[in-house]
Amino acid sequence: MMTKILTPISLVTALVSSLALPLAAHAFELDAALTPEQQGLAISQASKDSDKGWQDMQGEMNMVLRNKQGQESVRAVRMSSLEVQGDGDKSLSVFDEPRDVKGTAFLSFSHALEADEQWLYLPALKRVKRIASRNKSGPFMGSEFAYEDLSSFEVEKYTYKYVGTEACGELQCYVVENFPVDKNSGYTRRIAWIDTEELRAQKVDFYDRKNSLLKTLTYEGYKEYEGKHWRPDLMKMVNHQSGKSTDLAWSGYRFKTGLSDEDFNQNTLKRAGR
Amino acid sequence: MKRLLPLAGLLLTGALPSLVQAELYYEKSGNLSLEGRYFTDSDADQQQTGAQLSVSLQPKLLWEWNGGDDAVTLELFKRFLDSDDERNHFDLRDFSWVHVADSFESRIGFRRVFWGVTEFQHLVDVINQTDAVEAPDGEDKLGQPMVNVSLVRDWGIVDVFVLPYFRERTFAGEEGRFRPALVVDADHPQYESDDEQKHIDYALRWSHYIGDFDIGLHVFKGTNRDPLLNAELQGSELVLVPYYAQMTQFGLDLQATIDSWLWKFETIHRNTQPENYWAAQGGLEYTFYGVMDSNADIGVLTEYGWDQRGEGSGVLAQNDVFAGARLTFNDVDDSALLIGGGYDLDYGSTSLVVEGSKRVGESFKVSIDGNLFLADESDDAVLYSIREDDYVQLTLEYFY
Repeated sequence: MMTKILTPISLVTALVSSLALPLAAHAFELDAALTPEQQGLAISQASKDSDKGWQDMQGEMNMVLRNKQGQESVRAVRMSSLEVQGDGDKSLSVFDEPRDVKGTAFLSFSHALEADEQWLYLPALKRVKRIASRNKSGPFMGSEFAYEDLSSFEVEKYTYKYVGTEACGELQCYVVENFPVDKNSGYTRRIAWIDTEELRAQKVDFYDRKNSLLKTLTYEGYKEYEGKHWRPDLMKMVNHQSGKSTDLAWSGYRFKTGLSDEDFNQNTLKRAGR
Repeated sequence: MKRLLPLAGLLLTGALPSLVQAELYYEKSGNLSLEGRYFTDSDADQQQTGAQLSVSLQPKLLWEWNGGDDAVTLELFKRFLDSDDERNHFDLRDFSWVHVADSFESRIGFRRVFWGVTEFQHLVDVINQTDAVEAPDGEDKLGQPMVNVSLVRDWGIVDVFVLPYFRERTFAGEEGRFRPALVVDADHPQYESDDEQKHIDYALRWSHYIGDFDIGLHVFKGTNRDPLLNAELQGSELVLVPYYAQMTQFGLDLQATIDSWLWKFETIHRNTQPENYWAAQGGLEYTFYGVMDSNADIGVLTEYGWDQRGEGSGVLAQNDVFAGARLTFNDVDDSALLIGGGYDLDYGSTSLVVEGSKRVGESFKVSIDGNLFLADESDDAVLYSIREDDYVQLTLEYFY
């Protein structure tokens, strides 16, 4: 009898909770029983999980590089990425500016812990070159962003430590230290400020191999796409040691455009660079 | 730089039926280059120039429709004002239509294709003819008319080529440098095939990557791009006449990319006149990243080249070692410096090359190149013939 009466109610509850679920998707509670290491991992895992399911993405990157004297140089890159469940993403980038490298294209199959597979297309020679992917810490196109700063975030790439919760602008942020697993990383650690509302990175401090503060990255203009995927319009990287900075502005974000594995191979790499 | 063009431009494509609903994307780019060369030795043939100053243009137009599944590219090349008139040539580097279908991609027209992995010699790269008047390194290629169908499968990429027309190699003229002691009469070549330039060549290539390895296998049947040069008396003058034989070539290229190491190997078997032979080029490259706490990378590479025909075969690398270092500064101007050299173990001859370049502002690039050739034995034909062609070159390029 009880079950018969309860059934309709639990069905309603189920419906309500399933309706409510998307709203609560980012809800994350600190668990006092966890160690700071476990807590840091839990926050980072939740942040990654909250963005799952973007499938594929296209967009344009505009970089403005500034040196100490304020001289500027511009980079323009078109980018397509494919989400790969259980592994790193696939991506294809084409350089439009500076003009002398126009058509240079870059194909990358990234992995959490193994070496990425990367190919470069050189349009002047019509040549595709497989390149070594060990170079994590080198600058991307002369900018203050290193290759590792732009590669897809995979939880396994770091170990973590939760430091505390503090105000970050108008929001509250979890402060989590990240320690790179890869020996070739240019950093001893990163400190990430992740907002408690949507688990978005708001700020990251980078510490160099000597553990001194090297760079600070701040994220601005977050917008929500497809109901759950938050992306910034602007990423500002400041190098405290050299006085140089790079502003990376994103535009034309498109999600779920129907890209698949077939759009990421040497033939599409050559076409991208034409 | 990006804009939509009215349909007028499409008359070029000859593919109107598929265009009904098409939104056309048009883009233009290219470069203008000012090049100066100074030759340190002037005591070669008295007719040969001691300095060259020239301008070249390489405009490129692109039309895309069907969301990029169809595209037409037009890329022209023309050099002006050079004291060697053979260098003042025109070439259709690319004029082709690329169509992407569900299960294949077709590329039809004049195109350039690169095969291979090694740096100092490109044995397996046989689709295009070398534009030899441009530079002694042989990296410049002429546009090759082709029908190329490419299939991407789980087990690799297959490319089928039908090459309906043969492009003859360009050669320096009387005034030009980088030529044998005798002038090459490029206007009256001879062919093994009665079809001459109209001989239809075929090629098939399979390429794939498996983990750390990239592999390619090919077969080519048709006109040998490398001519034999036969001395002939024309009137009272002795000249060299190119002779293009037929050939069937099988080849393999392989690269292993492991940590900071690149292991590279190419080999071919060429069945042609006057003899069949094997040749191979292999080596390795290691890159030191962020040297001395800077952003700069240094890549060091070495290769060995071997040719079964051995001494007297007149090839560049029959038993030669090569070594080089590539310094990449990773700065805002993409500054880079390459130093390389080759040493012939049979003849003891040496060649050295230095290439440096950096961007200036947003649209200019400046390069300085130098070459030194040291050869004493006339049997080492390639190097011996250019032993007095040591030069320094300064290039200023404008990109738009």
